[in-house]
Amino acid sequence: MSKNVKKQEAGNQGHGTRKPSAQIIIGLGTCGIAAGAWDVWTAFEKELKKRKVKAELKQTGCIGLCYREVLVDVVTPRGKIAYGNVTPAMVSRIVSSHLIADKPIEDWIVLGDGYETSDTDFLARQYRIVLRNCGQIDPEVIEEYLATGGYKALEKVLREVPPEEVISIIKQSGLRGRGGAGFPTGRKWEFTRRAQGDKKYIVCNADEGDPGAFMDRSVLEGDPHSVLEGMLIAGYAIGADEGYIYVRAEYPLAVKRLRIAISQAREKGFLGKSVMDTPFSFDIKIKEGAGAFVCGEETALIASIEGRRGMPRLRPPYPATSGLWGKPTCINNVETLANVAWIVSNGAAEFAAIGTEKSKGTKIFAVTGKVKNSGLVEVPMGTALREVIFGICGGIKDDGEFKAVQIGGPSGGCLPAELLDITIDYESLTATGAIMGSGGMVVADQSTCMVDLARFFLDFTQNESCGKCVPCRLGTKRMLEMLTRITRGRTRDDDLELLETLARDVKVASLCGLGQTAPNPVLTTLKYFGHEYDVHIKERRCRAGVCTELVTYAIKDNLCKGCGVCVKHCPVDAISGARKEVHHIDESKCVKCGLCMEHCPFDAINKV
Amino acid sequence: MGKKSKGCACKQAELDCVREILEKYEGRRGVLVHILQDVQKKLGYLPEETLAVIAEGVGLSLAHVYGVASFYAHFYFTPRGENVIKVCRGTACHVRGSKAILEGLEEELEIKDGETTDDLKFTLETVSCVGCCALAPVVVVNEQVLKERDPKKIVTTLKAEGKEKGE
Repeated sequence: MSKNVKKQEAGNQGHGTRKPSAQIIIGLGTCGIAAGAWDVWTAFEKELKKRKVKAELKQTGCIGLCYREVLVDVVTPRGKIAYGNVTPAMVSRIVSSHLIADKPIEDWIVLGDGYETSDTDFLARQYRIVLRNCGQIDPEVIEEYLATGGYKALEKVLREVPPEEVISIIKQSGLRGRGGAGFPTGRKWEFTRRAQGDKKYIVCNADEGDPGAFMDRSVLEGDPHSVLEGMLIAGYAIGADEGYIYVRAEYPLAVKRLRIAISQAREKGFLGKSVMDTPFSFDIKIKEGAGAFVCGEETALIASIEGRRGMPRLRPPYPATSGLWGKPTCINNVETLANVAWIVSNGAAEFAAIGTEKSKGTKIFAVTGKVKNSGLVEVPMGTALREVIFGICGGIKDDGEFKAVQIGGPSGGCLPAELLDITIDYESLTATGAIMGSGGMVVADQSTCMVDLARFFLDFTQNESCGKCVPCRLGTKRMLEMLTRITRGRTRDDDLELLETLARDVKVASLCGLGQTAPNPVLTTLKYFGHEYDVHIKERRCRAGVCTELVTYAIKDNLCKGCGVCVKHCPVDAISGARKEVHHIDESKCVKCGLCMEHCPFDAINKV
Repeated sequence: MGKKSKGCACKQAELDCVREILEKYEGRRGVLVHILQDVQKKLGYLPEETLAVIAEGVGLSLAHVYGVASFYAHFYFTPRGENVIKVCRGTACHVRGSKAILEGLEEELEIKDGETTDDLKFTLETVSCVGCCALAPVVVVNEQVLKERDPKKIVTTLKAEGKEKGE
C-alpha cells in the first residue's frame, strides 16, 4: 500500500507546473518487482531529490526481456535508452552521467537507438502485435493507451460496423484461440451470436495455469485496456452486455491493474450503459480463481464462476449455446482478445498476411529454463523453433548443449534437437505429438532427465485431476506410479509397455482437455527419448544424474589427494581410506546424499 | 487440529464476521466462492464452525460447502503460519533445481510441504507457477519473491525479522 502512495507522490511531482523534459520509466511488472524494481524506484526518488534533478518517474509493464530486469528507460531529448539489470547502486551514476551530463553509460545500455547490443536482436527479431504496448505505456493511465490509438477500434465498430460484419472481419483474419486448442475465434463468435437467448456473456479466460507460461499475466499487467477493448468488441459482435474476466489468484498485480483499467474505462464511458453514447451497453466483472488448474477448461471455468466445484462437463451442449447460467457464452483467452482491436484497426487482410496458411498472426512464447535469454517472444506463426531458441533467445545457458524443449506445458510434449527446424504452427506442432498449448517453452539441457521430467508433469496433472472421470483420475495416478518406479530403478517387467498403452487409453477416454492431453509428455518422451527410458530400466542408470536412486558416487583415483574431507562429511561412514591415499566409497552403505561431492576441495568425486 | 487455543469470545467474533460477509452477498447467486474467499481473507483460514454458518446462510448443505472449499487449493482448514513460504514447482523452476530448495526448507523448518510449524510461525507450501519463470527457481515469502535461494539463509533471515518485530 505504502508503495502506491509513494508512486502517486512521485507522479504528482512530475506533473507539476512545468513538465520535465526527462522521464525515467521503470518496468513494474511482476518480474521486475521480483527482481527489485521498487528498490530501484526508491533509489531514483532519493537521487533525483538529492541532486535536484527534474525528471518524471513513471512505471510501465513488462517488455518481455525478463532476463534483464530491473529495466529502466531513460527518456531525454536525445531519445529513449534502456538500462538493464539495474540495481540501486547504479542509480546515482545514471542520474549524474545520463541525466545531468547527458552522457549515457554505454556499458549498461540494453536497448537504444544507435546502440548495438547483445540484446538488440531479442526485440528486433520479434513481431509484436499483442505485446505492442507492453513495456511501452503506463498500464495504470488510460490516456497512455488512448494515445496509442486505443479504443479507436471500439469506436469504429460501434459507429460504422454492424455486428455480423465484425464477426466476418475476425473470420477473415484467421484468428484462432490462443489458449491452446486453436479453435477459430470468428466461428466461436458466430455460434454465440446465432444461439437463442435473451442474455449472452463474454468470458475472458485469464486462468493461465500452465507452469512456465506467463504471457497472459504480462498482457494483463502491461496493457489491460487492450483486453478490455477486445472484450467490448466481442460483446458487441455476439450481442452480450456482460463480461467476466476469470483470473487466477496467483496474479494479484494483474487483478489490481485490471480493476484500475475497468474503473477508468467506466469513467470515460467505454464501459457501462450506452458505451460511447451508442445503444450498446456492456460491463465487466472480475472473478478471481481459487487455485485449480482444471478451471482453465471452459466448462469447469463456468462452474467455478457459478460458485461451484470447478469440474468440467460433457460437451455438447457447448458454452456457445448453453454456458454461464445456462446462457450462450463465448469464452476467449487473454491473448486472443488482445489481438482483436489490432485486427479491427489494421484490417483482416493485414493480420492474415502474417503467419502460415492455417495459422495466422503471431504467437507469444514464454521461453524459460536453460536458455540464455528468458523472456517473452512474440513471433509470426510459422517461425522455426530454432529461430526462437537460438536466434532470439541466444541458445543454451552456460554454453550447455540443447537436449529438449518442452512446449505447451503439462499438456504439451518434449521435442528433441532433430525437430528444432520444424515451424511453429498449430498443425505442425500437433503432428509431433506436442501441442501449441498456451505457449510455454521450457528449454532443457543435459542436466535434465527426460524420464524425471515426464514424471514431474504427471505428478502435476495427477494432482490437478478433478477426479470426475475414471481414465484421468486413476490413469494419471497409475502412470505416475510407473514413472516413479522407473526413476527409482524398481521397474516391473511390463511397466514400459503398460505405460504406453495406458497413456494412449487415457488420451482417448478422458472427459476433458486435462486428461486428454496429460499423457502427451509421456508419449513424446517415449517417442523421442526412448533410449533414456532404456538406460533407466536396463542399466539402472540416470545419465543426467537427476534420479538419485540410480546415481552412484565415485572417487576419481587421479584427483583424490586423500585429504579426508569427504570422510568427515559422510553421514553414514561410507567412505574409507588412509590419509594421503586414494579414498573409496562403499556403495552398499552410501545413501547418495551428495555431501562428499559438495565438499571435496579437488572435485575428485563425481556422479556416474 | 489440536490448535484451537482460541476462546469462546473469539469464536463469537469470528462468526459475527462471517455473518457480516453473508449479509453483503445476500440475494446474489454464484457467490459461494466469493464468500469463502472473503471469510478466509478475514480469518486467515476456514474454521469448521464457520462452514456450517456459511452453509446455512447460503441455503446449501454443509457437504456442498465443504465440497467446494476442499476442491480449491487456496482454501485452508487449519490456521496458517505468520510467514507463508511458497516454493514454486513450475517447470522452469523444476529444471533449475527447485526440488532441492523445497527439501532444504523442509529440513530447516522440520515440516513437510503443506504443513505449518507448531508455533504458527511458518507455513511451507508449493505453488505450481507464479509466472516469474525468468527468475527461476523462485521462492515467495508472504507474497514477495525472494532473491535468496539458500534455504538456511531464508529461514534464518525470517526468524531474525520475527524477533525484531517482537521486541
